[in-house]
Amino acid sequence: MSHTDPSPHSAAHATDQPLVGHLVPVRILISTAAALLALTIITVAVRYIDVGEFNVWVAIGIAVVKAALVATFFMHLKWDRPFNVLVFVGCTLFVVLMIAFCVLDTSQYRDTQFTGNPPMAQETLDANAPGAPITQKKADINR
Amino acid sequence: MTTLDAPRHDILDTTATGDNYLTHSRGFLSWALTLDHKRIGVMYMVAVLCSFFLGGVFALLLRTELLTPGRTIVDADTYNQFFTLHGAIMVFLVIIPSIPAALGNFVLPIMLGAKDVAFPRLNLASFYLWIGGAIFTLYSLAVGGFDTGWTFDTPYSTTTTAGGVIPVLMGVFILGFSSIFTGLNFIVTIHKLRPPGMTWFKMPLFLWALYSTALIQVLATPVLAITLCLLIVERTLNIGIFNPSMGGDPVLYQHFFWFYSHPAVYIMIVPAMGIISEIIAVHSHRHIFGYTYIAFSSVAIAMFSFIVWGHHMFTSGQSGVMNTIFSLISFSVGIPSAVKTFNWVMTLYKGTISLTAPMCYGLAFLFLFTIGGLTGLHCATLATDVHLHDTYFVVAHFHYVMMGSALIAMIGGLHHWWPKMTGRMYHEGTGIAGCIIIFVGFNMTFFTQFMLGSQGMPRRYYDYQPEFQTYHIVSTIGAYIMAAGFVTTAVCLMQSLMSGRRAPANPWGGRSLEWQCASPPRHDNFEHPPTVGDCYDFTPVVWDERQQGYVVDRALDTHIPHGKSPNTGGHQ
Repeated sequence: MSHTDPSPHSAAHATDQPLVGHLVPVRILISTAAALLALTIITVAVRYIDVGEFNVWVAIGIAVVKAALVATFFMHLKWDRPFNVLVFVGCTLFVVLMIAFCVLDTSQYRDTQFTGNPPMAQETLDANAPGAPITQKKADINR
Repeated sequence: MTTLDAPRHDILDTTATGDNYLTHSRGFLSWALTLDHKRIGVMYMVAVLCSFFLGGVFALLLRTELLTPGRTIVDADTYNQFFTLHGAIMVFLVIIPSIPAALGNFVLPIMLGAKDVAFPRLNLASFYLWIGGAIFTLYSLAVGGFDTGWTFDTPYSTTTTAGGVIPVLMGVFILGFSSIFTGLNFIVTIHKLRPPGMTWFKMPLFLWALYSTALIQVLATPVLAITLCLLIVERTLNIGIFNPSMGGDPVLYQHFFWFYSHPAVYIMIVPAMGIISEIIAVHSHRHIFGYTYIAFSSVAIAMFSFIVWGHHMFTSGQSGVMNTIFSLISFSVGIPSAVKTFNWVMTLYKGTISLTAPMCYGLAFLFLFTIGGLTGLHCATLATDVHLHDTYFVVAHFHYVMMGSALIAMIGGLHHWWPKMTGRMYHEGTGIAGCIIIFVGFNMTFFTQFMLGSQGMPRRYYDYQPEFQTYHIVSTIGAYIMAAGFVTTAVCLMQSLMSGRRAPANPWGGRSLEWQCASPPRHDNFEHPPTVGDCYDFTPVVWDERQQGYVVDRALDTHIPHGKSPNTGGHQ
């Protein structure tokens, strides 16, 4: 723990009790919370600026910054052992890898997919059959 | 490379008082509520072996059905349930927990010189979750069974009328949490409870294997849990996630499922490789060759296991780009696997080999894993896999890896640590005979299936062309022979419990810490904190006629300066 802070740790040393955890100064916690709120507002604000498909990337970028803030300060990774950071980043990479491979694959065969029921099947399906689309339910037809 | 050089009188004292983990307390509750990792390991072992018996019965039933084309003993629907139950039980209830949860639980803390795992209550919770998962799986039989195959492929699994699908999905979901708890416990235990002086590269290789396995368990299993939840949601609420008739994507299901289930193959095989590293070194009485390479190859396999899942999906509709990428990456798994195999063979070279029952299983593993691994290259090659996919070739390949390698290693490990677990020696000749019968039966059963598959016999089929019958008959007879081998082994081990001679602390000449405490160990494993040396240096291990076992002669140990404490500190 490179971070030093006042009384609780000193008290712990004085009584020779093991440290329970790291205490983050309230100032840092409030600053982080304020940054998260500001970024949330920015996320909503950029939604009104049309930059095409980059809207998604901007939103994801802001979300990544927010997640990093939470991990760094709220989850104490800044003051933990570097190994814990390695574990966190490693796990995140695996999630990114899984989603990236799945998205890469589905984008390749998307054109060959039917959306909803195949044509013909749609008409022959009973309105209340398990596979029937929600819009075709009997209640909708009656209406 | 660690050992305890406990004074010999400690061992004798412990044995003499008769206080060990089996006799420390008595009564049903002393076992049911125990926090002792050894007792939990033994309970896991009993539960896993009972499941193995059940899965084996289904295997024999389905092999019997395949003796003749058409109906032999059951109809097609029942046959579908047989192979599904065989697969689900063997994968989720037997092989995945067998080495980490059963043998690992017993051995890991002792190998570390610790009193227990880091979280003993979590360990017990993990066992009861396993019981809960097993109950749900059995309950699925009572409510109509399930015929989806162990992979629960959509859209069949969301549309089949079999009533047991949701209970078994719940069962597997719960078993997954049991697996995560075990993995988490082992990671923390290895990080935090290593004794002074046992740095990462002084750990026994079995611990490296268990650590790598635990990483996979913790990282991959949650994906399976989420996938199964989505499947349950789709089946119960008719929300289109995977079913194409509701706008879902069945290929996506396979991505999610295999993201877990391919690493799950390594949850099975990596700890098995750890056992083989121990068996080969101890029973060759020779320092393991290429310690660092074997250790890192375990971690490398764990990492690679996460990026090769798509090779299960070459014919599923997966795109050509991903097929090519996954095919290329899949070959890379062969590198660390081959590194291990060559190092084991080099360890045997010029070793003083004791042809004991565990060593026979170790040698069988080398033979079977080589076949299983090399045939994996056929399956990773796009052009050949299009022909071989979903044929008996694939069935034979993964049985050579999962059964011929993982389960054979587990049984080898059971023989290796049986004297430590029970305090009794088994009859060596019967143990070796069981191994040989299993080996012969296994190859008869599954080598024929390579031929069947390469000639086009699809897997999971109830009926087949008459020209395949000879292979099926040989395969079924092999399965009966294999069953006879397992019965022989079971009789051998049971007989040792009743009339086997008392086991010495170190019957094989091992040097890692578990061989330096009594057989069976005390309740708290060690009377004195162990000291650390090189656990693969067998120079100071000498036979003691009085104990009828091996002891460590400190005078011959070049790694521990006399008169000095070997403890160097420095664990993470």
